[in-house]
Amino acid sequence: MDHAHDTHTHEGHDHGHDVHTHHDEPGFWTKHIFSEDHKVISRQFLITAIFMGVLAMMMSVFFRLQLAWPGQSFPILNYFLGDKWAPGGVMSPDMYLALVTIHGTIMVFFVLTGGLSGTFSNLLIPLQVGARDMASGFLNMLSYWFFFISSVIMFASLFIEDGPASAGWTIYPPLSALPQAIPGSGLGMTLWLVSMSLFVVSSLLGSLNYIVTVINLRTKGMTFTRLPLTVWAFLVTAILGVLSFPVLFSAVLLLIFDRSFGTSFYLSDIFISGQALEQTGGSPILFQHLFWFLGHPEVYIVLLPALGITSEIIATMSRKPIFGYRAMIGSILAIAFLSFIVWGHHMFITGMNPFLGSVFVFTTLLIAIPSAVKAFNYITTLWKGNLIMSPAMLFAIGLVSTFVTGGVTGIILADSALDIPLHDTYFVVAHFHIVMGASAIFGMFAGVYHWFPRMFGRMMSNKLGYVHFWITFIAVYGVFFPMHFIGLSGVPRRYYSNEAFALFDNTHELNVIITGFAVLGAIAQVVFLFNFFFSIYKGKRATQNPWKSNTLEWTAPIEHLHGNWPGSLPEVYRWPYDYSKPGKDEDFVPQNVPLSAGEVENH
Amino acid sequence: MIYIVILIGILAFWQLIKVYEYATIINGSEEETVTESDTRFNAKMMMVFCVAFFVFCIWNFWMYQDSLLPPSASEYGKALDTLFNFNMIIIGFVFFIVNAVLFYFASKYYYRKENKATFFAHSSKLEMIWTIVPAIVLTVIIIYGLKVWNNITAPVNPNETIQMELYAQQFAWTARYGGKDNTLGKSNYRLITDNNPLALVVEDPNNGDDKLVKGEFHIPIGKMVQFKLRSRDVIHSAFMPHFSAQMNCVPGMETEMHFVPIYTTIQMREMTKNPKFNYILLCNKICGAAHYNMQMDIIVESEEDYNKWLATKKTFAETMSATPDEPKVESVKEEMKKYTAITATVEEVKVEEKK
Repeated sequence: MDHAHDTHTHEGHDHGHDVHTHHDEPGFWTKHIFSEDHKVISRQFLITAIFMGVLAMMMSVFFRLQLAWPGQSFPILNYFLGDKWAPGGVMSPDMYLALVTIHGTIMVFFVLTGGLSGTFSNLLIPLQVGARDMASGFLNMLSYWFFFISSVIMFASLFIEDGPASAGWTIYPPLSALPQAIPGSGLGMTLWLVSMSLFVVSSLLGSLNYIVTVINLRTKGMTFTRLPLTVWAFLVTAILGVLSFPVLFSAVLLLIFDRSFGTSFYLSDIFISGQALEQTGGSPILFQHLFWFLGHPEVYIVLLPALGITSEIIATMSRKPIFGYRAMIGSILAIAFLSFIVWGHHMFITGMNPFLGSVFVFTTLLIAIPSAVKAFNYITTLWKGNLIMSPAMLFAIGLVSTFVTGGVTGIILADSALDIPLHDTYFVVAHFHIVMGASAIFGMFAGVYHWFPRMFGRMMSNKLGYVHFWITFIAVYGVFFPMHFIGLSGVPRRYYSNEAFALFDNTHELNVIITGFAVLGAIAQVVFLFNFFFSIYKGKRATQNPWKSNTLEWTAPIEHLHGNWPGSLPEVYRWPYDYSKPGKDEDFVPQNVPLSAGEVENH
Repeated sequence: MIYIVILIGILAFWQLIKVYEYATIINGSEEETVTESDTRFNAKMMMVFCVAFFVFCIWNFWMYQDSLLPPSASEYGKALDTLFNFNMIIIGFVFFIVNAVLFYFASKYYYRKENKATFFAHSSKLEMIWTIVPAIVLTVIIIYGLKVWNNITAPVNPNETIQMELYAQQFAWTARYGGKDNTLGKSNYRLITDNNPLALVVEDPNNGDDKLVKGEFHIPIGKMVQFKLRSRDVIHSAFMPHFSAQMNCVPGMETEMHFVPIYTTIQMREMTKNPKFNYILLCNKICGAAHYNMQMDIIVESEEDYNKWLATKKTFAETMSATPDEPKVESVKEEMKKYTAITATVEEVKVEEKK
């Protein structure tokens, strides 16, 4: 064991200290694979999410090719999809639907939920609250491994004979319940449901851990009003997850019953492939209620961690306290609360009672207020700051821009009357990709660039980061801004081809432009991947506190040690945003520095 | 198209060179974590991007305003167009101002060693302003929006409307008229046969005079039409973009929508200067492989023409008595074959039209 341990220790681990209370000598397996160390688990989440992200991004490029040049042969499609799904290099309609379905599923759940929360809640919660690890390292490890199995099953579903789930990422029954309706609703959908059930388990194990850790393991002096906004965001996100994911699980469970055991929760009066089904009395709308009861909070599960990360990075890199710290916490809480009572805005045209629709219009538009507060607070933080443009800072600024640009079109869609002609058109696709997709992924990139030195002890290349940011930023707006116009022309989403309608002919040019930008954006991610993996091994060694930040994670030694701090835990004396405080020599004062004589703690 | 591919190729090549170039720099030592020249460069880029982005946005509006849908062809649609423009002006204003301020600050306040950031952590006054101002604007948006919504969804008296049904199935629409009594009779999904594709209850006296049409349906100008929507198999959505009308078709339940068309097809052809213009009904909820080609034409015409057209159609009772009823047995594969044949012909026709 000793020998194995030494050969796999790269960082010059100090064996003399006695922080390890539960392990004396972790072997290779417990150190790198079945690790209970939150820092290792966070890396595992990140790398799994990157793999899934690359997969989902490639899918988007594939279906963008089809949308720009429908019916044209692309050898690359034949290479990846094979003769069955892309005979002669032309994607089949079934495969098109499968790709949009799995692209959505992976991006929303595996990258932006598992990847974002899993990586940064794991890395930052213990380090920023001053804890040795998560409340339960074992459950935390299980959380990753459930995520891993869930990812493997989702990945495996791509290779089965009838193809993966293809009823859209929202898997509305009856389409998702009946293999007669679409081949992907056979084994593919079964695997999707199994995978998502395991994902819910992973998410719950993780979230419960995050909540308990934040509440119980804060170090001395770390009051709730001294918590970094990242931790606030992760805490509230975890609460959202615990309250909403079980509802998805129940929705999935009932669907499994309908599919396999002949129940009729969601099915009623269906006649398909020459047969009248027995099921009667169920309601497909019930599924939508259950799904969106998770689905809408899910938007904020994706977005809040990104906003938390942005708050932290914008303050640090502006060398200025975050503006309106308490208002930021208040708006996180307000958004979280409201997110539970707006789900009906996904269902305005399902035949829902119009009065109920108006209630959802009201609650939905209310969310614009805390969101506006957040955006304006970010901008005020930049005002008269001393902005250091690290790649993380660029992505954080980019996030504020996409959050605003995508947010305002939400005001149109939340208006039930205007939703009638725009529902399920590309206007919706443009809206949520900017406000949720781009913003969240920007938050994730910002986090990776900013905390890379904390995760791997090395720096990523700034220059490559700049190339990555600018091309990605241009590509995001290049793809999704013109998409609004396609939606306003009435083009429905999830159409394999728009050629069946003369009405849509004049949107063809825009589709070509969009695909061009999509390919450009995909290429930019190669720069990121190179930078990321190259820097893990060859990057410049990180200094203790490279961004001159105030939070506790930068006081822990760079070398990974289970327990985070040798000796006693740091004590906290101030809030995390004392940047450029008058009367101080340096432009930052870490949280573990006691107040000097006569100093007032402001916020 | 080829140019774009070439352009992308060049960009990819350029990327690779950059990657190679910077790979050598990665190991090089830098004094600061972020150099001042990098910060300055990126700060300037923020403003460059902002200008380019705004130009791109305005170019998009300029170029593609004509490819958007023509003015709405229903009474409610008109109200929706106005509401949309009202909201667009507000959000357009917010979009330009907020983005401009964001990029301006980002490019102006970049790091300089001699500078120190202003310690400005909190201001109740400012925060009140940007809580209350959005709240007021949103109140206006909500009240105006709900007024329009209530108008659109207010119940209508069936006697003052033309009663119609749109019936969805994979992957076709059938329209059904209430007939002489202007009443749609009952249905039961177990009754589906080749002759009775909408599963109408034969014994129901309201059904006998109903008329079923495929391919295209006609409606008269200036009359309220109430559509009842049903689905045979999965969820579909009846979307008529020109009338700003949409409602889901849900198996096991009946949904409803209604509107008054205000331009005939011929008027619209003149307005859009497109002699081939047709109103369409399409499916806007993912429903299977041929979801993208589930359509029906709509003809809006004078009441006279409409009545003439409808008179040529057989009633349900007539079709039922004409042919003996046989239970419908058809496998999915056959249905799919039929559908592929249909799409193939549609595509051929389109190709010919283009030529």
